[in-house]
Amino acid sequence: MSYTPTLPAKDFILYGETFSSRFLLGTALYASPRLMRDSITQSRAEIVTLGLRRQNPADRSGDAIWQFIQESGRRLLPNTAGCKSVKEAVTLAEMSREIFDTDWIKLEVVGDDYNLQPDPFGLVEASDILIKKGFKVLPYCTDDLILCKRLVDVGCEVLMPWGAPIGTGQGLLNRYNLRTLRERIKDIPMIIDAGLGAPSQAAEAMEMGFDGILLNTAVAKAHNPPLMAEAFADAVDAGRKAYKAGLMQKRQTASPSTPTIGQPFWHQ
Amino acid sequence: MTNLLKLQDAAMIDISLNNESKQIAAHILLSDALVQWGFGETKIAVAINGEFVPRSTYGEREILAGDQLDIVKPVGGG
Repeated sequence: MSYTPTLPAKDFILYGETFSSRFLLGTALYASPRLMRDSITQSRAEIVTLGLRRQNPADRSGDAIWQFIQESGRRLLPNTAGCKSVKEAVTLAEMSREIFDTDWIKLEVVGDDYNLQPDPFGLVEASDILIKKGFKVLPYCTDDLILCKRLVDVGCEVLMPWGAPIGTGQGLLNRYNLRTLRERIKDIPMIIDAGLGAPSQAAEAMEMGFDGILLNTAVAKAHNPPLMAEAFADAVDAGRKAYKAGLMQKRQTASPSTPTIGQPFWHQ
Repeated sequence: MTNLLKLQDAAMIDISLNNESKQIAAHILLSDALVQWGFGETKIAVAINGEFVPRSTYGEREILAGDQLDIVKPVGGG
């Protein structure tokens, strides 16, 4: 027996590559490298994010994390976290491409220290430069429709709008903007990146038709990160299934689900 | 003696390495400096004065007085 999905069920394709998992996981903030490794495993993620930082050659503290990330065999998505200018972001992207041997870059250009809000103008300019240099840019952006359209105009084939500011765990703060984005930009994969705190929020984003979820803090700061990673993976899957199945329309008035015909004890 | 000190001073240059002041010998190549600093076997990437320096050019790039070097390694990231 087969049923026709009410909504188009597209594969998860990023820059021409098809992925079966729609959950992308960050590798920072874990209490230990082993917790990070186990969280990656339980998340079923095929893509993990990571970064580059200044380090003293004698400091080997990051080596275990890097070793576990390599051993995980996941596709690497390096970021330009903390960059506040186009030049910084472009330079760090070039350093990432060399060190990680990938032209994929999660582009971050921070516009404000308080909420780490992406700088929309810098983001478009840096995306344009990097795409011309051969990068595959996945921009961490706000939920602003016009910004997202400009990013697509310069060649971004994936968008990563925020749910809420990084590390806040506040969920989907602006549902109107997110729904508008999904409605107006149908053909570009969109991954909700940052700000989610609970699996239910990830499921809601997927139910709205977003294509994937990227997060870090909500897993890394859970009491049991690997279990939370699994919970998010399940929520992403459930939300995607719900989107494909098609949610019912909300109604103002109650409507009985059990048939009223044949109701006992009722007499005219 | 004073002249000798001056000569020694002239042979050293001031640079910045990961935002820390450092004195190194003049006319040293980036590739040699990286080995001296213990980065020889490490997975790193380098920028000088905010510009990316490809690994293939380490042996050609002389470190100059006032250069600001950034040397980065992989870390966990979100």
